[in-house]
Amino acid sequence: MSLIASQPVQDVPALQQQGGCTDAPVLRERGQREVFCGLTGIIWLHRKIQDAFFLIVGSRTCAHLMQSAAGVMIFAEPRFATAVIEERDLAGMADVNDELDTVVARLLARRPDIRMLFLVGSCPSEVIKLDLSRAAQRLSKQYLPAVRVLNYSGSGIETTFTEGEDACLASLVPELPAESATAATSLLVVGALADVIEDQFARLFTQLGIDTVRYLPARRASELPPVGPQTRYLLAQPFLAETARRLEDRGATRLAAPFPLGIEGTTGWLKAAADEWNVAAETFEKVIAAPRKRAETALVRHRETLSGKRIFFFPDSQLELPLARFLARELGMELVEVGTPYLHRQHLAEELALLPAGTSLSEGQDVDRQLDRCRAARPDLVVAGLGLANPLEAEGIRTKWSIELVFTPIQGFDQAGDLAELFARPLNRRERLKV
Amino acid sequence: MKLTVWTYEGPPHVGAMRIATAMDKLHYVLHAPQGDTYADLLFTMIERRNKRPPVTYTTFQARDLGSDTAELFRSSVVDAYDRFTPQAMIVGASCTAELIQDDPGGLARAIGLPIPVIPLELPSYQRKENWGASETFYQLVRALAGPNAPTPGSEKPPRDETRRPRCNLLGPAALGFRHRDDVVEITRLLADLGVDVHVTAPLGATPEDLTRLGEADFNVVLYPEIAGQAATWLKRTFKQPFTTVIPIGVGATREFVREVAELAGLDPKPQLASEASRLPWYSTSVDSTYLTGKRVFIFGDATHVVAAARVATEEFGFDVVGLGTYAREFARDVRSAAERLGVEALISDDYLEVEEKVAELRPELLLGTQMERHIAKRLGIPCALISAPVHVHDFPARYSPQMGFEGANVLFDTWVHPLMMGLEEHLLGMFREDFEFNDDAAPSHLGAGHTAPVAAAAATFTTPEDSQDAGQTPAAQKHEQKHEQKHEAEPQTSVALWTEEADRELKKIPFFVRGKARRNTEAFARDRALDRITLETLYDAKAHFGR
Repeated sequence: MSLIASQPVQDVPALQQQGGCTDAPVLRERGQREVFCGLTGIIWLHRKIQDAFFLIVGSRTCAHLMQSAAGVMIFAEPRFATAVIEERDLAGMADVNDELDTVVARLLARRPDIRMLFLVGSCPSEVIKLDLSRAAQRLSKQYLPAVRVLNYSGSGIETTFTEGEDACLASLVPELPAESATAATSLLVVGALADVIEDQFARLFTQLGIDTVRYLPARRASELPPVGPQTRYLLAQPFLAETARRLEDRGATRLAAPFPLGIEGTTGWLKAAADEWNVAAETFEKVIAAPRKRAETALVRHRETLSGKRIFFFPDSQLELPLARFLARELGMELVEVGTPYLHRQHLAEELALLPAGTSLSEGQDVDRQLDRCRAARPDLVVAGLGLANPLEAEGIRTKWSIELVFTPIQGFDQAGDLAELFARPLNRRERLKV
Repeated sequence: MKLTVWTYEGPPHVGAMRIATAMDKLHYVLHAPQGDTYADLLFTMIERRNKRPPVTYTTFQARDLGSDTAELFRSSVVDAYDRFTPQAMIVGASCTAELIQDDPGGLARAIGLPIPVIPLELPSYQRKENWGASETFYQLVRALAGPNAPTPGSEKPPRDETRRPRCNLLGPAALGFRHRDDVVEITRLLADLGVDVHVTAPLGATPEDLTRLGEADFNVVLYPEIAGQAATWLKRTFKQPFTTVIPIGVGATREFVREVAELAGLDPKPQLASEASRLPWYSTSVDSTYLTGKRVFIFGDATHVVAAARVATEEFGFDVVGLGTYAREFARDVRSAAERLGVEALISDDYLEVEEKVAELRPELLLGTQMERHIAKRLGIPCALISAPVHVHDFPARYSPQMGFEGANVLFDTWVHPLMMGLEEHLLGMFREDFEFNDDAAPSHLGAGHTAPVAAAAATFTTPEDSQDAGQTPAAQKHEQKHEQKHEAEPQTSVALWTEEADRELKKIPFFVRGKARRNTEAFARDRALDRITLETLYDAKAHFGR
């Protein structure tokens, strides 16, 4: 029997408290962080940008991480690989740049379909100060116009998990063509989304009368969206601090919004664009009425399972705050602790305002201490990475793998039910099992 | 710099983790950047362990590099000791920490903890996982058993005859292929023989247990990749001989029993007489005739490959058409096994090279690791696993050893299972025009309404005996078709024309072998500069390529 089941049912505090978490205190932790590094982002980015290749310049550890992290071996020939630094490179017996050039030449000869090559820095390449930006320039000169070579760092010393996508997209921004100053105002949706979701949003924007909508990253490297002072951008993901900064350097303006998770988040996100385009309120309501209705229907069933249940987030993807907001406000869950690897107050201002006042927020991690807090609180559900999930289950604590929240299409109205189901499933399973 | 897509082995510190995770009351403090904690999931997810590996990572970030990573390491050691109170600790660096040269060993020693703290030097840019496991186990054994070593040169006292002979069981580790069940099987075998297991290590051992290793009469080395180095040191230091036969397969298990009996001063005959493996009879029974001369390719770690090659030839009657290993440290063993079989060994940790070799040799069965499973899927070849690295479904819930007499039963089932049964093959040959079994019919088990796989021409094999891939999924067939197309895109200067009659006959060949039949016949015609393929050519080619 689950230990959870024997817990007395706790009173669920009223959720709609005033004030939110805008000025809430945050517990800042510095200790062992049980998180992936930014290289992991390649797992979804290489499927998203269909003619790009990601070459990690790193160690055997990097290569081992990539194949262990997400069961990606289903891809016969993935569009990523690792150039493994060896003893002779470090001992100066080989010129690292020459070696890299050779590896790239072999790779591009093997994959003539590749149009964009990312040289991805890792912990060892950063520590030995291998200048990948110069290497990228050198190689670009050699391979343009057939292949554009860019670089970014996905190293664990600089990036935490989803920050790898931020670094990748940020490296694309200087490459974007300039949008004419006389162009009509355009909308740029920033952050990798599943194609199916991108298509759903595209239809909604069209119905709202927003004509020029582009996406970063685009599905093909040759389709880089232009950017300029006429660009208004919406962040589709909460972890894109550096990309946003660079877009603003190019003159683009961010539309402040909550993130498109759940009904409320999706509505607020679309509304930010609708308001900028002066879409009439009744038009907006008409356009979103049907999908919102579907989402409402889809959530009812899961609210029965989730309402009143206590949830604890370990830091992972920076999606934690928007997810917590969705679970608390739309499904009636109680937030025990919401941990995030990094809290970007500006980009998350709308989310913080919507979170129930008094929510326990933590930033960074000291995993052993956080586990102590988690065990003491005995939540009904814990959102944690793959290293922690089974050990917690073995202690009788139900878990949801956080990585699934990054690999599954969860944004938008038509995925709200799927998103809720991801949290309901572990609890549902516990109910079924008589073992 | 080496271009790598998939790797057979992780870095050496993952090998150290396999030792630490296998043991109890040992803690590993690893100086490593944020992100290296991914290695936990190898144990919690792939091996489904219910506890976190006993590893504390310093998880330093860029901002720490500017300040004091050495202090971060020091405080991590102190905190880990306070929290986990282990009996001993191992400390070391991952690939990145190795570059910043903080000297974890020296730092940890300076703290003066009241437990043994063993520093590990694992050169990440030269060595790999199995080496790391072996080195870690060796350093632990040396540091913990060493203080109890007899004075060098002293005589080994004779065994106390009032107790049963006893041995240590060395090598089983975390993430090993069936190590958990091999330990149970071999412990039982030894008990039946009259030998007690004194310490099993590293799996399930505590540091305290390791201090008692010297008390055993001899050592049983199950996995030389992990325990060979430690066993050699124990032999030198404690005059403990160790076993050299790996008990995989019936023949090797019998030999192992004799070797152990010899070391223990016991009579192996009662044990050998009561042997309970079903493999010899299963392999002898007439249904197994169809296994004769099946062409098999074997790849994995050296221990399992060499053992599998022997079992495949002597106990299944297969032809080994190729074998190899990713473990360069053990290349010599695999090379000599290959030599005995008259084939060339492939020593490579580049899985693309392995794939190329498999594609070239076109075996009927692939025995390998999870990489070979992927290769097999792409090429449409039946496959069974014999060696690490493996994935989550290769840690079965059921008892499934590879070693000992029960292990031999397991081998029989798991290697034969991917193949098609003998009579089934003949029926397919006889009724190849059966209305339910042709390229226009859907697989009957899917019921009506399913369309047939389109990969009709994508077959791999020539003769009806080779019809294993009839059971493959449409997806696999599509993969294969792609592969075939790639191959067929190779320059074919003159393709002979098929006569209508020959073409009709070709269509009678089951769809899953037809592609290969077509290609073979065309190659046959090309070699003979025939410009037309007649019925005669088709059957001449069949005779030529048939065995």
